Amino acid sequence: MEMPAPNTAIVARKREIVARLQSVLPDDAVIHDPTETRAYECDALTAYRCPPLAAVLPSTTEEVAAVLKVCHEEGVPVIPRGSGTSLAGGALPTSDSVILGIARMNGVLETNYADRIIRVQSGRTNLSVTGAVEEEGFFYAPDPSSQLACAIAGNIAMNSGGAHCLKYGVTTNNLLGVTLVMMDGTVTEIGGAHMDAGRYDLLGLICGSEGQLGVVTEATLRILPKPEGARPVLIGFNDNEVAGACVADIIKAGVLPVAIEFMDRLCIETTEKFANAGYPDCEALLIVEVEGSDAEIDAQLSVIMDIARRHDPVELRQSKSPQESANIWLGRKSAFGAIGQINDYMCLDGTIPVSSLPHVLKRIGEMTEEYGLQVGNVFHAGDGNMHPLILFDANKPGDLEKCEEFGAEILKLCVEVGGCLTGEHGVGIEKRDLMYAQFKPEDLEIQMAVKDVFDPKWLLNPAKVFPLDASETRRAAPSIAAE
Amino acid sequence: MISVTSEAELADTIAAAKSPLHVQGGGTRPIGQTTGETLSVSAMTGIDLYEPGALTIVAKAGTPLAEVEAALAAENQRLPFEPMDHRALLGTDGTPTLGGMVASNVSGPRRVQAGACRDCLIGVRFVNGTGQPLSNGGRVMKNVTGYDLVKLMAGSYGTLGVLSEVSFKVLPSVEASATLIIHGLSDVDAISALSQALGSPFEVSGAAHCPIGQDGTPETLIRLEGFTDSVSYRAERLRELLAACGEISIETDPEILAARWKSVRDVENFAGQDGDVWRISVKQSDGPEVSARLKSAEVMYDWGGGLVWAKLLEGTDIRPKLEGISGHATLVRAGAASRGAIPTFAPENAVLAKISNDLRGRFDPRGILNPGLMG
Repeated sequence: MEMPAPNTAIVARKREIVARLQSVLPDDAVIHDPTETRAYECDALTAYRCPPLAAVLPSTTEEVAAVLKVCHEEGVPVIPRGSGTSLAGGALPTSDSVILGIARMNGVLETNYADRIIRVQSGRTNLSVTGAVEEEGFFYAPDPSSQLACAIAGNIAMNSGGAHCLKYGVTTNNLLGVTLVMMDGTVTEIGGAHMDAGRYDLLGLICGSEGQLGVVTEATLRILPKPEGARPVLIGFNDNEVAGACVADIIKAGVLPVAIEFMDRLCIETTEKFANAGYPDCEALLIVEVEGSDAEIDAQLSVIMDIARRHDPVELRQSKSPQESANIWLGRKSAFGAIGQINDYMCLDGTIPVSSLPHVLKRIGEMTEEYGLQVGNVFHAGDGNMHPLILFDANKPGDLEKCEEFGAEILKLCVEVGGCLTGEHGVGIEKRDLMYAQFKPEDLEIQMAVKDVFDPKWLLNPAKVFPLDASETRRAAPSIAAE
Repeated sequence: MISVTSEAELADTIAAAKSPLHVQGGGTRPIGQTTGETLSVSAMTGIDLYEPGALTIVAKAGTPLAEVEAALAAENQRLPFEPMDHRALLGTDGTPTLGGMVASNVSGPRRVQAGACRDCLIGVRFVNGTGQPLSNGGRVMKNVTGYDLVKLMAGSYGTLGVLSEVSFKVLPSVEASATLIIHGLSDVDAISALSQALGSPFEVSGAAHCPIGQDGTPETLIRLEGFTDSVSYRAERLRELLAACGEISIETDPEILAARWKSVRDVENFAGQDGDVWRISVKQSDGPEVSARLKSAEVMYDWGGGLVWAKLLEGTDIRPKLEGISGHATLVRAGAASRGAIPTFAPENAVLAKISNDLRGRFDPRGILNPGLMG
């Protein structure tokens, strides 16, 4: 993985740039001491690190605008950062860039239960959005695994999903409006509390643009009434393919579970040792959860269990108590942690058509042999969003590179069967150079033309999303302005 | 009229065009004005892929909506967003196409639960103003690879490119449906009741209020859908919750319900009558205020009050009257006195107007696709 060489003219002017930033922000909001900027050298993709020129922590939209205006005038690249939980390197800085951290802007600006909306500052964490409304019986639906830590700003940048999006959709389906600060410091509102766009759907364009079009400082989010109850069923199979067929049959039957999670043998065994969730000894395991009143849950689960029985399961366990439900989820929720205990791993995020599940799992199994690296599969089966975990040893020379190569092959396979490189984590730097596998050059060109409109100097998170060679001429432009 | 049958032909036609093109699907939604030779995609038809087990369907932009709905119905599935049919309201005939529906982001009453057309649209292929075939999104429902031009294309009325193929996330059809009907509520009380229903855990899939209902008195409608037992359970619970609203009847006859919600979806109240018809999108609780400001208008509320349909005397620009209420108003049906005199789409602030204009410049640098329609 390469990052562009830093602009030495900018690095040389660090003192002046920091002084200008200090002139528009409170003293404690500008971090420039090299021992302190190291805290911002990476996000959750820790394999790649680089301390930024400086980091700023504004507290208001006006301060964000002032920072961007300064950086725009100075020609300094800006890397927006939510909570730094990106698995794709979305917040990785370069040494000539300023990290714009939104963490201090975490307030709730308005809760409105009659209209089922909440307006928050974008540094607020995902889970604390729900925290602000749950006493009134509401919740914010998108639930990425990192929801305890991740910020709404990052959720919007990556259009984050979660385990429950089969029913509730992802961020873009739950976002009604934003306050956007453009790279030149211009502030504008997009959308609001109403449910659609009056002209071009610019809100839909901003969501998922990985911090490359503007910095979102405030967001109006849709909140939903909490269901009366929820309950999972655990189904074990001795064959991945049969598990995949069962998923398709459940969906076709007209039941819409709120989540369908899949784990393979490696994940089952590893998490069982780690969490003692009481999982069966089998090849594949499904956790299917439905919502509603007790009677409604009974009815839906009986349909699901009838379907499961036709697929000859080795285990079929309906939760009978909140404790049993928690146990069923325990293993799934500790899967990443459990794998992390035994190995370093790389978490992929490709999506495939659900119908290709058996084929893709078989191919991954074959590739495991070729590369000599193990893979655990745990993912959202209802929507085809896979999370293969490739195990490697970071201390073993060449293992990371081999793992990355393997990962790239899996993602290309996802595209080949009609899917995509990333379902919810974003492209960042991680999948940047694989974009040609999914897009023709002209498909990337039109996307880059969109960035030209919002950020003509290509200063916002510039070396992300697009292959470096594709964006090179555009990124070269700002260094001229920086002299 | 130029008619194309394939994306390649569409690309060649646009690349060779020397003058403006008026892009058309089935021609059933003539919203706003444009100039140019008509370019029809209605002969570019066919379902390319339908996987019921993956809840996805992909079809050519000219495919009749009815054909797609029939294919889905055969597998007991449907488009979640309940697209409006504009023919009665706009007095048009012809065949609604997928492309036209997407280009105008047409959604219906179920938008409150299942999202809008743009939320269910997961992939597009289109040809831009220079004749380049392009693709964005795909056929899987979770996809954050690159910018989301899928959303941008939905509702861009053919001004950024001409759609050639569209992909959707679909949902299972339901076993049963019921609608709670309340008579005689004031607009304010009705919107408050709808808000209470939408804020309950009972999964309301339609929330409308007609100040002049079918029997001439105010009628408030709340729809529930799902498995039979579940629907009757939720209907009873909801009736208890809304007890303060007075007498609430529960209608379960599928034919009556289909007709009633079709009339809400298609704004049948205003069909075949004189006057301009406006579509106003606001915060749900602002609905009654919109109506109060438009004194002489006849109105109908959908989306729990967030979508207000208003019929007024021709030539009345309602936007100044709605100043201060966040949202937007679109002049969907313009009479002779309004056509060309009142902008169809709400003006944007200067920052967004520049962005929109610049985007259009990138997608259609020669400005030949539906010029004048959106600016």
